[in-house]
Amino acid sequence: MREAIDILDARRRQVHTKGSQPFQLDCEKHSVAGSVSQRACVFCGSRVVLYPITDALHLVHGPIGCAAYTWDIRGAQSSGSQLHRMSFSTDLREKDVIYGGEKKCEAALIELIGRYRPKAAFVYATCIVGLIGDDLEAVCRRVTAQTGVETIPVHSEGFAGSKKDGYTAACAALDRLVGTSESPPPDGPSINILGDFNIAGETWIIRDYYERMGVNVISTITGDGRVDDIRRAHQAQLNVVQCSGSMKGLARLMKQKYDIPFVHVSYFGLEDVSKALYDVAEQFNDPAMMQRTTQLVRDEISAVMPQLRRYRDALQGKKAAVYTGGAFKAFSLVRSLRTLGVQTVIAGSQTGNPQDYQQLESLCDDGTVLLDDTNPLELAKFIDQTGADLLIGGVKERPIAYKLGVAFCDHNHERKRCLAGYEGMVNFANEVYSSVCSPVWSLSPRKRHAPPVKRSIGPGPLVTADAGLPLNTKAPQCPTAATVPSAGSDSHACGVCQLKAHCSGLAAQETETA
Amino acid sequence: MTLLRHTSADQDVQREALTVNPAKTCQPIGAMYAALGLHRCLPHSHGSQGCCAYHRSTLSRHYKEPAMAGTSSFTEGSSVFGGQANLLAAIENIFTVYNPDVIAVHTTCLSETIGDDVPQIVEAAIDKGLLPEGKMVIHANTPSYVGSHTTGFATMTKAMVDYIAQSSGAEKIRDQVNLIPGWVEPADMSELKRLVKLMGLDPVTFPDTSGVLDSPQTGIHEMFPAGGATVDSIRSAGDSCHTIALGPICSGPAAKALFAKCQIPQTTMPLPIGLKATDRFIMKLREINGGFVPDEIMTERGRVLDLMTDMHQYFYGKTAALWGDPDQLVSLAELLITLDMIPKFVVTGTPGKKFYKRMGEVLGDHAQGCKVDQGSCADMFQLHQWIKSDPDKVDLLIGNTYGKYIARDEDIPLIRHGFPILDRIGHQHFATVGYRGATRILEQILDAFLDRQDRDAPESGFELVM
Ligand code: SF4
Ligand code: SF4
Repeated sequence: MREAIDILDARRRQVHTKGSQPFQLDCEKHSVAGSVSQRACVFCGSRVVLYPITDALHLVHGPIGCAAYTWDIRGAQSSGSQLHRMSFSTDLREKDVIYGGEKKCEAALIELIGRYRPKAAFVYATCIVGLIGDDLEAVCRRVTAQTGVETIPVHSEGFAGSKKDGYTAACAALDRLVGTSESPPPDGPSINILGDFNIAGETWIIRDYYERMGVNVISTITGDGRVDDIRRAHQAQLNVVQCSGSMKGLARLMKQKYDIPFVHVSYFGLEDVSKALYDVAEQFNDPAMMQRTTQLVRDEISAVMPQLRRYRDALQGKKAAVYTGGAFKAFSLVRSLRTLGVQTVIAGSQTGNPQDYQQLESLCDDGTVLLDDTNPLELAKFIDQTGADLLIGGVKERPIAYKLGVAFCDHNHERKRCLAGYEGMVNFANEVYSSVCSPVWSLSPRKRHAPPVKRSIGPGPLVTADAGLPLNTKAPQCPTAATVPSAGSDSHACGVCQLKAHCSGLAAQETETA
Repeated sequence: MTLLRHTSADQDVQREALTVNPAKTCQPIGAMYAALGLHRCLPHSHGSQGCCAYHRSTLSRHYKEPAMAGTSSFTEGSSVFGGQANLLAAIENIFTVYNPDVIAVHTTCLSETIGDDVPQIVEAAIDKGLLPEGKMVIHANTPSYVGSHTTGFATMTKAMVDYIAQSSGAEKIRDQVNLIPGWVEPADMSELKRLVKLMGLDPVTFPDTSGVLDSPQTGIHEMFPAGGATVDSIRSAGDSCHTIALGPICSGPAAKALFAKCQIPQTTMPLPIGLKATDRFIMKLREINGGFVPDEIMTERGRVLDLMTDMHQYFYGKTAALWGDPDQLVSLAELLITLDMIPKFVVTGTPGKKFYKRMGEVLGDHAQGCKVDQGSCADMFQLHQWIKSDPDKVDLLIGNTYGKYIARDEDIPLIRHGFPILDRIGHQHFATVGYRGATRILEQILDAFLDRQDRDAPESGFELVM
């Protein structure tokens, strides 16, 4: 069993090594006081979720820091309005803390709404506002009445939980907008895309897939989001929710209120994105749509496979540590890494729940260390013990990886290239490859794990055509080429099998090359 | 509506209630940065985990280094009943697991407003035996509705004096000076120490983030990298013969406290950015060392001067807009004036009384044509409005990364300086203080002008030698 030294006593049950004992992992706990936690607050959760609504005003009611740290820090891109990228703060001062900040907040809102005429306004309550007891509901009511612009309080007092609770607060705020538009619904099948934040333009890619399938996208919540679209989100026939965390709450609310079903998907990795598209197609019970989807999946996969194969040849046998915000992304990452021949040896998240970790465990190989809400010391320790070649995480993890002499890939808000969808998978492979196989590691004192550097993929643009690397003809042919599953059937014969075929193709090749 | 076109010149906005695109951030991050400049110290944020996460991320983004800190992880319960239990548990956990020499606690808006009494809680921790032999907990009160990140830095630096510095009662040590470097990069701290040593003096430098936030890659994750001011050295600060505090906002309070506590004469002076300010720094050291300046320093000075001569033809009348921290701005403005440039617009979000006066002194005859503002509504929005409504656009922007929006919108070159720099790598390794630092800034400024000229010149006017 892995030694538990250097793990806070109170944290021992938040670490589990697969195969060492029956699965059990504590999670959803508050960070232990004194631990160097990587976790953020309720405000942080709400802010990241709502921020990509581009034509709304976002006012942070609180002292300056909360606003300063969230000023345009995620690359949530917009195809139009950029209002969301401004930083507005009431910048509370001592006297506001003593006498209350309601007046200041109201004045700020009126001024800003007058100047920018946003489609709606969100006001975020930070810790201090919760503490001094400002009545944001009342402020917002007055401002809405006076300006005619709907002003929505976000109850995101930082101390009232962790980032996850911020998602709930964001969903509650969004719920006030949904269903407030009378405009006529579109003809034909329609969905909302939930839980994608358009980091590096990912929402645009996803949206394009659905449109090619013949599905109308009514709103994207919240990446490249627009207030008017969110108002009519209730007209959609299906909610497609990415990730377990952030937008599930809204999907549930919409199910209750408007009886809109939802599916959970992930857009990361070939398997998951294909499954997402098939799942959606299946919901609409339309053979023609299924056909289009099949075609789309087939085209996209054949387009990227040759490139992925080259990366996989280079990466075969490497080991990765995955530490993400939400747990759902970890699943996709474990699978995506497998597609690239990389084994996940550490997997963890900041906000996973018991079911998440159960699923994560079943996905991973024996010996994989599972971590909930970890800290740098533990992470470094386990990276060292498992000999991981790569850490996938966010901004606070990057320098830790580099200090250790370990490659890094940002799969958080700072990614600059889209990692979602099929082309995203190629970008992901490229990112992993370019870091893991960089000659820089061979210069690092961490010689123990320094791979003999063999750049098998040269710099410059990657092959777009097959370039002498034809699709593996020995791979079982994609069954969907012949069989389109009957729409509405409950098996995922098509999506999953097809991918399995491709994957077993990969697997076959793996053994060949090994 | 595209990015940044939100700021238009025609709106002369009088604001009282609102900060738009701030030119400051909150106190705790400054306290955290200062605490990282103590050897084997774990900064600890007494409040909810969110603040701590933000501060660590921002420091990591700027320094490209792991920034370690603990949090009291407040819950709703702590917000009602106070955070004593959290802090006690934190102190116990931190010493057990991370084993630092010092825990440097700073408060956040939340714990301040609840009114947690940190010294009293620390006493309780000592009573309960939670403090191992030889370890210590220091603290700073840093509510963010007061001051800014710079005052947070100052308060934690002062706490080092309050808690640690001691006069041993013996004679003051003749060659030992206290060097309080202010909020500068780790490379600046190294450079300042080098200069003091060259002047034949022994610097007690605190805080000192060199070796902590510019540490080498070793293949090991060091919770506590080798650098930082040790407790012993700070203790001996009480026996130094003089204190030099660089930057009145960031370093002044600690120097005053040291005078009050150990009667050490102190000189608070502007950050030595640029030739003039560095001269003053060296002259002060010369007073202390008995009047000598080594050739090496004279040579460095001569080089900067030579560089300025080589470059001077390009600078006359060029204008700049600056934003950032008061201590930095005063010295940067002076540097520009010595180059025959005009710091036309200057903005800092940090409130305080003496900034206008100091800027006025530095600007001298130019003060009429310049706009200077500070405080809550002195933000990047205001700066952008000034730039937009000025018929002759400024030629240069100097400030942190947030200026890139203005740079793009107005097509004005930007030199990144100050905190935070989020979108460039390597700045943490180049000093901008001292004579060497001046050469770096000079090169950056001239490059910005000449790159611009190369880019904009018509082909007929595009020249090899400029
Ligand atoms: S609550 Fe205060 S300390 Fe925390 S981030 Fe906001 S301004 Fe900074
Ligand atoms: S924990 Fe509270 S004060 Fe800190 S960042 Fe979050 S909302 Fe702001």
